[in-house]
Amino acid sequence: MPLQLYLSTRKGVWIATASSDRKSWHLRGPSFLGTQCHHTVLDPRDRRTLLCASRQWHLGPTVFRSEDNGETWKEAERPPRFPKGDARERAVDHVFWLTPSNAGEPGVWYAGTSPKGLFRSDDGGRTWDPVAGFNDHPEQHNWVGSDKDQTPDGGKLHSILVDPADASRLYLAMSGGGIFESRDRGGAWKPLNLGVAMDFAPPKDDGSEYLYGHDPHCVVQHPARTDRFWQQNHCGIYRLDRPGERWERVGRNMPKDIGDVGFGIVVHPRDPDTAWVLPMDGTENWPRTAPGGRPALYVTRDGGQSWRRLDQGFPREQAWWTVKRQALCADACDPVGLYLGNTNGEVWMSDDEGDSFRCLFRHLPQVYAVTVGEPQ
Amino acid sequence: MSVRVVVPGQLRGYTRGRPEVQAEGATVDAVLWDLDRQFPGFRFRVIDEQDRVRRHILLFVGEERREDLHSPVPDGAALQLVGALSGG
Repeated sequence: MPLQLYLSTRKGVWIATASSDRKSWHLRGPSFLGTQCHHTVLDPRDRRTLLCASRQWHLGPTVFRSEDNGETWKEAERPPRFPKGDARERAVDHVFWLTPSNAGEPGVWYAGTSPKGLFRSDDGGRTWDPVAGFNDHPEQHNWVGSDKDQTPDGGKLHSILVDPADASRLYLAMSGGGIFESRDRGGAWKPLNLGVAMDFAPPKDDGSEYLYGHDPHCVVQHPARTDRFWQQNHCGIYRLDRPGERWERVGRNMPKDIGDVGFGIVVHPRDPDTAWVLPMDGTENWPRTAPGGRPALYVTRDGGQSWRRLDQGFPREQAWWTVKRQALCADACDPVGLYLGNTNGEVWMSDDEGDSFRCLFRHLPQVYAVTVGEPQ
Repeated sequence: MSVRVVVPGQLRGYTRGRPEVQAEGATVDAVLWDLDRQFPGFRFRVIDEQDRVRRHILLFVGEERREDLHSPVPDGAALQLVGALSGG
């Protein structure tokens, strides 16, 4: 089948199917009308299983799965949940993030929740269990912070990454809390935040860096050059090449009048030096809209040393969008297609790696997430 | 003990569209477990994993609002679940 976009919104899920040349798109839906849908992801391994993280305003959180391209959905038999009697009395408010494991672990998925928790399914999303190595780590309550260290509708565990070559190597990010790494499939964890600014915290008396407590908005690992990571943080754009442990703030090379604040970041599927960001206004009271009401992506083709503005096709003025962290993605075509959904219910795409954009759909509910897949 | 359960619109996907169903149990908790047996997944959408009634769900036994899952449900009483004001 041709490419599909999975559009998770504040009030349901829509699926858009492309023509073979990506010039025309057909929209169908909604599924789960009236339900907040945070993430809908097609399993790239079987290209058949579709999972959706959902909550209805009144009802608790759950995960739905479909094996017929979103025509019918079945609820997980055991959705992500903390153990009854949890010492901190945690209960999942919403499932925010879904990540399939790598190709060597078919059927394995991870989920990130609010409040911050990590969960794993070994059966394609039918049943989920807490990852105790993270959720019950004796330091975890320090990592996740207090009520003041949360995004407005609750803290988020997101950007769960499974190394494409080694499923025992996991990464996750928390807003707030920072980035953490495991080398044993989630048993033990350590922070990975050196070099990352924390403008919202005072300098430490001894001059040392905070090890955690940062606010990564989105973290990605290059699918081919797997030692390269990028993050769009509350405090800038960063790149990290492992085995290094210190992030480099490549966002300092962004134009000063635009800054390097944003939510999402996406990488070129083949070129590890190419990444796109969508800056937002992080000045004064943080409106989190397109700077100046003029939306644009910025692309680097040299690993973050320089950035170029991409705004052809976008409104030239008075467009006060926000694009959330899960709502910016890329396909693997050549040239790469870029997709974004905004808080105004619009979905935009570029089929020329960002040189020009066009609006595919308008009038949807606020878009929470856009993912791309190629079903069987 | 058979109890008449009034199901709000938000949960009728579980009851195959039925606004009222019958369940067994002498307490709110027992009735909810029986509903979960009949309609898998029902309870977790109403009660969280720490046995707290979800924030925007109200439970009434007769006309009395109940938060305690151990509250009795008298024979012949109705358990009504209500989706409280929420959303937007």
